[in-house]
Amino acid sequence: MRHTLSILVENEPGVLSRVAGLFSGRGFNIESLNVAPTLEEGVSLMTISTTGDELIIEQIIKQLRKLVTVIKVVDMNEHKTVQREMVLLKVNAEDSRRAEVLRIVDIFRCKVVDVSGNDLTVESTGDQGKITALIQLLTRFGIKEIARTGVVSMKRSMQ
Amino acid sequence: MELTGAQIFLECLKKEGVQHIFGFPGGVVIPIYDELPKHPEITHYLVRHEQGAAHMADGYARATGKVGVCLVTSGPGATNTVTGIATAYMDSIPMVVFTGQVPVGLIGNDAFQEVDIVGITRPCTKHNYLVKDVTKLAQTIKEAFYLASSGRPGPVLVDLPKDVLTATAEFKYPRSVSIRSYKPHESPSVPQIRKALDLIRSAERPMFYSGGGVITANASEELTWLAKNLDIPVASTLMGLGAFPGNDPLWLGMLGMHGTYCANKAIQECDVLIAVGARFDDRVTGKLSSFAPHAKIVHMDIDPTSIRKNVKVDVPIVADCRMALKALHDEAEPNLKKKGWLKSHAAWLKQIAAWRKDHPLTYIKDPAKKIIKPQQVVETIYELTKGDAIIATEVGQNQMWAAQFYHYHKPRTLITSGGLGTMGYGFPAAIGAKAAWPDKLVIDVAGDGSIQMCIQELATAVCYGFDVKIVILNNGYLGMVRQWQELFYDKNYCATCMEFQPDFVKLAESYGAAGFRISDPAKLKGTLKKAFAVKKPVIVDVTCAQEENVYPMVPAGASLSDMLLV
Repeated sequence: MRHTLSILVENEPGVLSRVAGLFSGRGFNIESLNVAPTLEEGVSLMTISTTGDELIIEQIIKQLRKLVTVIKVVDMNEHKTVQREMVLLKVNAEDSRRAEVLRIVDIFRCKVVDVSGNDLTVESTGDQGKITALIQLLTRFGIKEIARTGVVSMKRSMQ
Repeated sequence: MELTGAQIFLECLKKEGVQHIFGFPGGVVIPIYDELPKHPEITHYLVRHEQGAAHMADGYARATGKVGVCLVTSGPGATNTVTGIATAYMDSIPMVVFTGQVPVGLIGNDAFQEVDIVGITRPCTKHNYLVKDVTKLAQTIKEAFYLASSGRPGPVLVDLPKDVLTATAEFKYPRSVSIRSYKPHESPSVPQIRKALDLIRSAERPMFYSGGGVITANASEELTWLAKNLDIPVASTLMGLGAFPGNDPLWLGMLGMHGTYCANKAIQECDVLIAVGARFDDRVTGKLSSFAPHAKIVHMDIDPTSIRKNVKVDVPIVADCRMALKALHDEAEPNLKKKGWLKSHAAWLKQIAAWRKDHPLTYIKDPAKKIIKPQQVVETIYELTKGDAIIATEVGQNQMWAAQFYHYHKPRTLITSGGLGTMGYGFPAAIGAKAAWPDKLVIDVAGDGSIQMCIQELATAVCYGFDVKIVILNNGYLGMVRQWQELFYDKNYCATCMEFQPDFVKLAESYGAAGFRISDPAKLKGTLKKAFAVKKPVIVDVTCAQEENVYPMVPAGASLSDMLLV
């Protein structure tokens, strides 16, 4: 099962390598990983999307907590959350099919952030289901390039 | 007054009460060596190879419970300690390794003798640091000692660039450490302790499975009290030997791959298994799905990752083993006299006695009395010392026989590389133990293969008068691998025969140590006695039966019920 883990870490050199090394060294799986600073100076938030059965997820969380530079680990699957991922897609949009592409972009409430004669670059934000659906729909036009941020997640205030 | 980094370094060690450093100098750590003579309270032992330094610091730590310290230079000096660090990491040994590093400005430039030792040791240290600023040096060293010795102990590495050692700063040693992201959970939850005790007192066939954590936590007294007062037999892992007296009627012996018949049978039949400071390692459990099939499991360990890693646990208790056992004691003691509070274990203990009688630990002596059996050597060492010695071992058959045929009565009397299984570990570790306990008899039970891996430390032993006794069970083979080849690879003895060997007696003598050779069983005891009395390092080269196997044996991946017996 897929789990999203929110990990607060001390922002020190090597902290990413400690976390990533833990996953690779123990044979755990990383689907996506996102790191960025928080409001507190010197503290970063990592969001890791991973898969495994109950025992493996438990072990991943415990092993993460054991790392000296890890301050807090939350399994977001245990909470009601808002989850979002951003994607940039460069999709073929020849004159004949441009309208069709734009219609899909519109339906998904994406933004067009760059245009050329042959393609459109589209920005979209949403949960994984939406992003997957968008990619599926645009694939038939030909996606030239894709860049995804990986999922970020936040607990809802009303649990 | 401002001090240089090198001076701060040594002041910090002094504040931590460090008396012994095992080390080897090199270009970037000369500033430290330049200051060292001004600190007579710290003795530095010059080793012959940095791996030896790491194992000595480790052996010192195991023999005392204190933090072992080693100091080496950058690049190859640092990488040579990696095996020693990994050894200590696998067995949770408190150790701080200081490595020199090229000046901060050169880091990343592939400078001479530069290596990213922090990157290399990340997966085999509890934590590690690169100090880039001399003002952070004291704080970092304080944290390193704190991390190494608290919670589940382990090795910590501190990388010291040369310019940090020569830069100056005000020296102030922090009195305490608080790391917000590191708070070991030491005291047990009382409800969990009560739940465990309820299980234990209503059990008909309970047993302890005691591990290295009992020794680390100095909990052997608490374990012994509980076992004796609650009438519960004790089996132990290799790492736990010595935590419970090896001559007690409740003692089952070591369990696992080369465990005793009765310990392994007891695991398979018990109804409550109390694991203390152990981690259900594959060498202990054999096939997991058939391990302790009838047992409810209580598991006490300070490291939450050890719990439910390999087996499902009924009552997990995350705590320091000593505090957990003490809490069990406190809950149990007032009830001991209540009639019927504790179920009788008479039938269980009778069954165990029967198993022990049916298949005791044994071997077949040479009927012609011409060939020495390796087990006999270990038995004779026990006979001569009565357990009053520190035994270090190398790895392989020698290690297993030392675990089986010597009886350990006190904690910290067996020093052996359990988790990593590092050949070459025993001799330098024995030197570390000897540095800690100069008046104790320290014996390294070795194989002819293992001993050659760190034999260069004979020079260190002779130089500093560490009269460690090395007893080589010389069978001319890498015996444990040969045993596997015999049993599971149709006796295809590829690359296990030590066709060429040095003359160990002459080798000892050339270093200034003493050498003895024995091949006649009649002379075994006398020669060992003589060797142990010599006031300098000794090699006793014992020519043993060549193709002797370690039994019992549970083949890798098999169930503990499927033991191969003598």
